[in-house]
Amino acid sequence: MPKVKERDKSCDHLFASGHTACPGCGQSLAVRLVLRAAGRNVIVVNSTGCLEIFSSKYGESSWEVPYIHSLFENIAAVASGVESALKATGRLDDVRVIAMGGDGATADIGFGAISGMMERGHDVLYVCYDNEAYMNTGIQRSGCTPHYARTTTSPPGKASLGNWRPKKDLPQIILAHGVPYVATATVGYYADLDKKVKRALSIRGPKYIQVHVPCPLGWGSDSSRTIELAKIAANSGLFPLYEVDHGELKVRRFGKKIPVEEYLNMQVRFRHLFGKDGARAEVHEIQAVADANIEKYGLMAK
Amino acid sequence: MPKKMLQGCRAIAEMVTLCRPKVVSAYPITPQTIIVEELAQIVANGDLSAEFVNVEGEHSAASLVLGASATGVRVFTATSSQGLLLMGEVVFNIAGMRLPVVMVNANRSVSAPLNIWNDQQDSMIMRDSGWIQFYAENNQEACDLILQAYRIAEDHRVMLPVMVCADGFVLPHAYENVDMPSQEDVDAFLPPFESMYRLDPDSPLTMGAFAEPDKYMETRYMIQRALEGAVPIIEDVARDFTKTFNRTSYGLFEEYRMDDAATVVVVLGSMAGTVKEVVDELRAQGQKVGLLRLITYRPLPVEALYRALSNAEDIVVMEKALSLGSSGPLATDLRAIFQSRPANPRISGFVIGLGGRDVTINDISDSISKAHQQVVETDFVALRDDMELEGINA
Ligand SMILES: Cc1ncc(C[n+]2csc(CCOP(=O)(O)OP(=O)(O)O)c2C)c(N)n1
Ligand SMILES: [Mg+2]
Repeated sequence: MPKVKERDKSCDHLFASGHTACPGCGQSLAVRLVLRAAGRNVIVVNSTGCLEIFSSKYGESSWEVPYIHSLFENIAAVASGVESALKATGRLDDVRVIAMGGDGATADIGFGAISGMMERGHDVLYVCYDNEAYMNTGIQRSGCTPHYARTTTSPPGKASLGNWRPKKDLPQIILAHGVPYVATATVGYYADLDKKVKRALSIRGPKYIQVHVPCPLGWGSDSSRTIELAKIAANSGLFPLYEVDHGELKVRRFGKKIPVEEYLNMQVRFRHLFGKDGARAEVHEIQAVADANIEKYGLMAK
Repeated sequence: MPKKMLQGCRAIAEMVTLCRPKVVSAYPITPQTIIVEELAQIVANGDLSAEFVNVEGEHSAASLVLGASATGVRVFTATSSQGLLLMGEVVFNIAGMRLPVVMVNANRSVSAPLNIWNDQQDSMIMRDSGWIQFYAENNQEACDLILQAYRIAEDHRVMLPVMVCADGFVLPHAYENVDMPSQEDVDAFLPPFESMYRLDPDSPLTMGAFAEPDKYMETRYMIQRALEGAVPIIEDVARDFTKTFNRTSYGLFEEYRMDDAATVVVVLGSMAGTVKEVVDELRAQGQKVGLLRLITYRPLPVEALYRALSNAEDIVVMEKALSLGSSGPLATDLRAIFQSRPANPRISGFVIGLGGRDVTINDISDSISKAHQQVVETDFVALRDDMELEGINA
């Protein structure tokens, strides 16, 4: 065991324990990994959402790096302001700005601001923690909620099978801004996440990483199987892992494709897709989405 | 310094430049647009070393200067009307985070119906946000207030944002002789911004923490106290300004022919020029009329206003704003001051000049006569008489 002092100096605990995230929260793990990769010379700008609430209560902050929370939808603009101030005072070479938003903050309410930040070319890494719904307010649907998922605002019922639209393809939309680096990552593969954060921070200009983070409470999954679930999401093709680095696509491949049924079965939010007679037709639709991703990105190792 | 004939927008932009903000961000909206264009040009010419950031909307303009201010630099933004409303959420947030942002609001009516002309409904909506609000009579004063705004906002006893309100078109688009101070004098009056707290990896801070019911009220109490405490600071800064630049700055309010005035008209902003003419005319006829032009609307200088107005028999509030379903906000504020104090003047409220309607000498003198006949709760001055005004007029 390293001595306490030495450990403190490392970047392992820039996101301190003792926060109030739920057991098995994928987002809290991902934040710690992102900060470990990023190091101390960062300024974090965080949107309103689960992360902000479980980490920044007055007097009980978990943040060992400078941190600012302003509002739900404006982190891209606040981060642009932080970056502009650093630039104006000649400090941008020493400090990296990281915006951290939920999928709701990113895909929906803050979308215009993100587009603006990307288009203006600010030197900011934007990390979206994608737990596929508005979790902080009690599991409402977002633009990143997958097709047929149950949320409190896309409940299945006699006239509905849950969320009626497929997941918004945010990374590709960000990529269309012509930014130098876009990646997807998952809390399931921390070495991959670590590498992507470090790569992103080595590039000047706007960068985007969308991290898939299971939410046991919102998804109805076992809180002890968050990492496993995240891996299965990736290895089914439902959450493809790739990066586009200055136009070059690099993919994280898998040898064995996991059927989506296995992934769906681990979560209450998809339970209505399985009846007495087994999987409904919609499960095949979801399988088709995964297969299309596998095809599009070449996710299967040859 | 020699006076320069300048358009209001240009004058404001030049004064902002003299204040040396490091980050400027704004989004165009009539009648503020030219301020932004002028600043863009000034930065493009290399005459102001600042980041000028074109954002995709006012919500982001306000958010961007929030982030920059939190990083420890002086910032500037400007807006108007719909833009200020779109910023609304951030306006409150900036005050709650105790960031000394300075903004110019070119006052304009609020849609619907769409109307780009002047009144003060827009900034009135923000009066409860925790910002200090100044209302300028003319472009010289708008400029002088911007300079003072930075000093007050950044005062460590205050640390609150300031909104300098300038009546749209009437000020920003008018050409006026403006006395621009020298950079040297401005630098002496306004030291570089020393933030009390800033985002800095060398000493990490958490800003914008959330507060549970056991803490939230205290944050509001502290803003309230800081605003109350700002009143004497505003007076001090105005005195220092007057001394330094050899030009009177009134601070809280200007009193015009108030000695022995039995009737006092109270207004905010550019309308005062017309009221002064009416006051002169009525004085010539032997009527004891004066004007109190309020500059500092928030914090409301309650005690000073009471002292200045307690000998009046009639207070006639004329304002370019209205709390729909209630009364004019300034009239309401003044009534509240006298409610709990011994002096008991009659207070009448007139809503005037909404959506850019001209404010004429006759409108003002008619309103004064009306108030002399009986107390007026809320009266709309100079309404048309050729329109059906009851029910929905499709
Ligand atoms: C303007 C505004 N609208 C709505 C809300 C309420 N709200 C707070 S957090 C949140 C959802 C956050 O979702 P997401 O960004 O996905 O983050 P998560 O909590 O899931 O991590 C909502 C709707 C708000 N704070 N501000
Ligand atoms: Mg979410």
